[in-house]
Amino acid sequence: MSPQPNRRATGGLIDRSVSLNFSFDGKQYGGFAGDTLASALVANGVTLVGRSFKYHRPRGFLTAGSEEPNGLVELRTGARREPNTKATTVELYNGLAAMSQNRWPSLAFDIQSINNWFSPLLGAGFYYKTFMWPGFLWEKLYEPLIRRSAGLGRLSMESDPDSYEKVHAFCDVLVIGGGAAGLMAALAAGRSGARVILCDEDFRFGGRLLSERTEIDGTPCAEWAANVVAELDGLPNVTLLPSTTVFGVYDGGTYGAIEKVSDHLETPGPGQPRQRLWKIVAKRSVLAAGAIERPIVFGGNDTPGVMLASAVRTYVNRYAANPGKRAVVFTSSDDGWRTIADLAAAGIEIAAVVDPRLQVAPSLGDIAKRAHAPVFLGARLREANGGHALASLSIIGADNRERQVRADLLAVANGSNPNIGLTNHYGHRPVWNEEISAFVADVLLPGMSVAGAAAGRFALADILRTGADAGAKAAEDTGFSATMPPVPATTADPVSATPLWHVDKSRGKAFVDFQNDVTAKDVALAAQEGFRAIEHLKRYTTLGMATDQGKTSSVTGLAIMAELTGRSIPVTGVTIARPPHVPVAIGAFAGIHTGPHFKPTRLTSGHRWAEENGASFVEAGQWLRPQWFSRPGEMDWLETVNREVLAVRNGVGICDVSTLGKIDIQGPDAGILLDRVYINMFSTLAVGRARYGMMLREDGFAMDDGTTARFSETRYVMSTTTANAAKAMSHLEFARQVLWPELDVQTVSITEQWAQYAVAGPNARKLLQNLFGLAIDLSPEAFPYMGVAEFEFGGTTVRLFRLSFSGELAYEVAVPAHYGDALIRRLMAAGAEFGVTPYGTEALSVMRIEKGHVAGNELNGQTTAGDLGFGRMMSKKKDFIGRTLAARPGLVDPERPVFVGFKPVDPSRRLRAGAHFLGLGKAATTANDEGYMTSVAYSPNLGHWIGLGLIKHGPERLGERVRAYDPIRNGDVEVEICSPVFVDPEGARLQHV
Amino acid sequence: MQFSALSLAYNALTGHRHWKPTWRDAAPKDAYDIVIIGGGHGLAASYYLAKEFGFRNIAVLDKGWIGGGNIGRNTTIVRSNYLLPGNIPFYELSMKLWEKLEDDLNYNTMVSQRGVLNLFHSDAQRDAYARRGNAMRLEGVDAQLLHREEVRAMAPFLNFDNGRFPIQGGLLQKRGGTVRHDAVAWGYARAASDLGVDVVQNCEVTGFRIDNGKVEGVETSRGFIRAGKVAVAVAGNSSRVMSLAGMRLPIETHVLQAFVSEGLKPAIPGVITFGAGHFYISQSDKGGLVFGGDIDGYNSYAQRGNLPVIEDVCEGGMAVMPMLGRARLLRGWGGLMDMSMDGSPIIDRTPIDGLYLNAGWCYGGFKATPASGFCFAHLLATGTPHPTAEAYRLDRFETGHLIDEKGVGAQPNLH
Repeated sequence: MSPQPNRRATGGLIDRSVSLNFSFDGKQYGGFAGDTLASALVANGVTLVGRSFKYHRPRGFLTAGSEEPNGLVELRTGARREPNTKATTVELYNGLAAMSQNRWPSLAFDIQSINNWFSPLLGAGFYYKTFMWPGFLWEKLYEPLIRRSAGLGRLSMESDPDSYEKVHAFCDVLVIGGGAAGLMAALAAGRSGARVILCDEDFRFGGRLLSERTEIDGTPCAEWAANVVAELDGLPNVTLLPSTTVFGVYDGGTYGAIEKVSDHLETPGPGQPRQRLWKIVAKRSVLAAGAIERPIVFGGNDTPGVMLASAVRTYVNRYAANPGKRAVVFTSSDDGWRTIADLAAAGIEIAAVVDPRLQVAPSLGDIAKRAHAPVFLGARLREANGGHALASLSIIGADNRERQVRADLLAVANGSNPNIGLTNHYGHRPVWNEEISAFVADVLLPGMSVAGAAAGRFALADILRTGADAGAKAAEDTGFSATMPPVPATTADPVSATPLWHVDKSRGKAFVDFQNDVTAKDVALAAQEGFRAIEHLKRYTTLGMATDQGKTSSVTGLAIMAELTGRSIPVTGVTIARPPHVPVAIGAFAGIHTGPHFKPTRLTSGHRWAEENGASFVEAGQWLRPQWFSRPGEMDWLETVNREVLAVRNGVGICDVSTLGKIDIQGPDAGILLDRVYINMFSTLAVGRARYGMMLREDGFAMDDGTTARFSETRYVMSTTTANAAKAMSHLEFARQVLWPELDVQTVSITEQWAQYAVAGPNARKLLQNLFGLAIDLSPEAFPYMGVAEFEFGGTTVRLFRLSFSGELAYEVAVPAHYGDALIRRLMAAGAEFGVTPYGTEALSVMRIEKGHVAGNELNGQTTAGDLGFGRMMSKKKDFIGRTLAARPGLVDPERPVFVGFKPVDPSRRLRAGAHFLGLGKAATTANDEGYMTSVAYSPNLGHWIGLGLIKHGPERLGERVRAYDPIRNGDVEVEICSPVFVDPEGARLQHV
Repeated sequence: MQFSALSLAYNALTGHRHWKPTWRDAAPKDAYDIVIIGGGHGLAASYYLAKEFGFRNIAVLDKGWIGGGNIGRNTTIVRSNYLLPGNIPFYELSMKLWEKLEDDLNYNTMVSQRGVLNLFHSDAQRDAYARRGNAMRLEGVDAQLLHREEVRAMAPFLNFDNGRFPIQGGLLQKRGGTVRHDAVAWGYARAASDLGVDVVQNCEVTGFRIDNGKVEGVETSRGFIRAGKVAVAVAGNSSRVMSLAGMRLPIETHVLQAFVSEGLKPAIPGVITFGAGHFYISQSDKGGLVFGGDIDGYNSYAQRGNLPVIEDVCEGGMAVMPMLGRARLLRGWGGLMDMSMDGSPIIDRTPIDGLYLNAGWCYGGFKATPASGFCFAHLLATGTPHPTAEAYRLDRFETGHLIDEKGVGAQPNLH
């Protein structure tokens, strides 16, 4: 490890006993525990850390926090690569590897910095004015060039190997920010017994107190902060969340926060998430997020070595890392002057103090005197010079004389913007406070108060007091009795500031938005071209839209626009910050719901049996259903499915139909409810019988179909399609609870509580007789088609339905789900002598198409009962949901396509669902479109493909030939319109004796 | 000044002193032949009224800054991959207008036809996309049905092997893509302004003056403006503005969130939609991943959304593109969507003489901008609907001639 040339031997909040190795652009460096990547780079004398977006200007760190626009790196390698990571927010760890980004071939020598020379061509919005001719070159040349040169870091393009967690938390008082104000607020609320959560984005609590050399109660302020944190840590009702940024305020007092759990490790520990998303519901919150210092816009203000004064103090005081040897302080605020003493104490020579104000408080002058720093009042910087590192600065004095000063560090202070982004999250605009020349929160969010610098209080005594106030008040509001903790003693600090937004007549490029390379000239061009509304300025120049979200640029940009247009800042307007306050990893929002865990996987109770028996499974919504059961030697799925179909039609087969929706409906008014949701009558259904029913949406279109059985006067069991199980349930609940609360009826979904198998085929009855013996009489007389029964067998209740989807003699057997596995095994054993064959959804589908039953493909939400051939089923004796709207002209239009069957004229041709029907010889145009194929299958019984579909006047055109036009799959098949019932149209097989 | 590489170079050499305001920031006159409310689709309508139909005495009013509504708050996707005959010709007209928009406007709106790919994950979804693709082809719209390996060749980074719902293929419209949304508003404003249209900003309509069933003009924050015809195109606020005229619309207003990531080097070629969850994504020329999903689901005029939908969208993103985990969501926004009862828009006259309505774009209005403007202009100028927009009648909910692409019925939050 190389020595750290800019690290002082003593001081700072770093642990010199823990050395850490890291690399930047492949070069090895050393740092200490307690460093950030940025502070370690500063300690190592690395000044050039990044390249800007457009002009690829060399850049160093501007800040030491999450507002950093310049110091972005690709952190880590391989699948863990994190582009655009602010080095100022990365806690240093051993083995850290970071690469600079948006440069080629190297950070020091970046070819694209040539853009800098073409910058007159590349001003704000230049791309709106060119690249238009010839048109085809946009996609071919211009855009690929722009895309390649745009963007910053690179995604790994590999799956994120780490995991993320979510926490739901509840508290009385959420304190956002653990600086002086936040610590006092947490202390006041915490001592009262209120449940407090204190979050800070930093890995160490203390905020600015960690970076300043002030004393509180006679102890160094960082030590004071540590003592408060120790007390808070001892309070059981206080939760401390360091490395946790509250990024958003949502409705109902919900706060989103992101916790970096293992970002300070090379890789997360076993079972450890990378980050944790907190959803905190807080009765009260105290925003104590501090303030963000503002830069001054002047020529070359982006030269590496130009830093915000607060950041300079952070590097010097907190990290004992000197960002330079000879410094200039350029400040329009009293606060900036405090940098002078700190620089001097760190052994940094001060070449000049430049303050545009003609007069400053005498106490400030004393600071400069003690540091032997030449002071220029009424002065400003005209230009910063230097390529990869600051070399000199030119000062224009009050006398208008220009002087060159040699310096490798410039500390800039221009007052601060309260960090109030979160207060905007309900859409409230902040207001301009002339006294502090900054925007402050106006309308506060319900339950939120603002304290400290975030409230525009910049003097430490005020910060501590407002923090304590806010914490005590918040605790009291939530029912705790709080006593204000005594506000500790501090020295008075002058906080006056007269911001200088932009140095007039400065030389060279003067940057407003560093990352997006928006200069003062761009703002002027926007004004000239009419983009004067603040949102226009932002969108036209991209000001404030970079990864720092304008934290160091937005207010400055609008202040310059105000100057240019002769309007005041409040009249010029302000943008509203939106969540997230800091960028948040997409993986953290997704949490554990990735890969196979995207949605739950629902398995039926017969799943294991199906697996053992060679089933291939298919997704049916969240369910997995056996699609078919292949046998050794079968060439493809079609061979398997044909076998299964024929086995059912000629013997007996069993299919798991547990996924179909099942709803238990009980109560004296059950029949009335069903009459109102189904188009046909159910109150007249005899006990022990089932009936097919169809229900409509309120708008009159078909919604779902199924059979509903009546088990007693007051009890029905409804079945729905698998796809619409939940929808039908909510439809019933809506009808029952909202439309007709007076009905005495209850409904409950029992889809998952019951396992159900279809037993179909000529031998179905024999199979069941084998199994149930004398438990039930299955003779056709005792148990006819559409009969249902409930009986006890094997220690459980069995429901038996004589229903048929396949058109064969068929039953459905239902048992409580935990008997499902036993049932399928018993059914298979009982059917062994008949060669019983398990069949999957594919064979099920083939047989329903052979029988012309509608299913999900036909019940697509765009068809009416009439379209599907159920027009006559719509009862005229009663009202039902959808009846009125189903009578609208558009729904009864005779030109609507109607449900029929289709078969290929050439029986060797395959049919495909999704084909459209065109009259023979008609051109392929929308005007000639007569309908479309909804379902197709290969019928092993008929030996050719068959289809169902909707075509205009279908039933009147049986025997007519049309084209099934499928250009998207190069298909164009001549088909004959036919009855949708392909097998056993008389229904004789149903009645098999 | 005509925009071109040449004029840019000339200005670069002369210190950019010669650029003029992109559009005239007009003060409202006392009266116009046509007053259009809304600086989004309304700008397009004003441009076509001026260019195609020769009207000049037109004003477009915006309550704030032009482009501040949904035209500047969307995921910038353009496509004409619709299913139903009421929609396809209209959106295809829009696509054709997009394709020549830059020539038309002399403004680079960055129409980028990098393709729109809709993934499917089941046989039923495949057949539904085949039905759609075939319907598109019948109308002369490009559509391709890709199988899994073709999708993999286009987007190898998708989750083919470890997904909950494996990707089976996709429906591709190559001519689909993205357009720089703000530039559309500015480009139309500039072109319309050059043709004499008054673009009036910060002019909020506070009422309609209606006499004897005929509209006389609009009351605004800048005074009364008399108008021969008044055209309303205020997506997100249609129900509120039309209530000023005493009309209740078959519209519910919902919040839709959308998101953009930090800038990244090119990673995603075109627009990709996930078929097993609601998630769509593209990458802007600037490098941000632009993505979104479902609406929040409840009625609201607040332009903000909530965490559950953000989480849902990101879950969809991670399910189909697990490489997104370490990309950061930079900005989100919540826009107001006028969700109609069948998910399709309305371009029609109203029962009030002289008052015209363009509304109900749900969250698909951006792609429609040129055709919406064109057809609205046609209706305003000729009194008859443009043939491609004939189905967008206000009375179709009464007559049942619905245009329900998704088949979910009159439940606006499901469209």
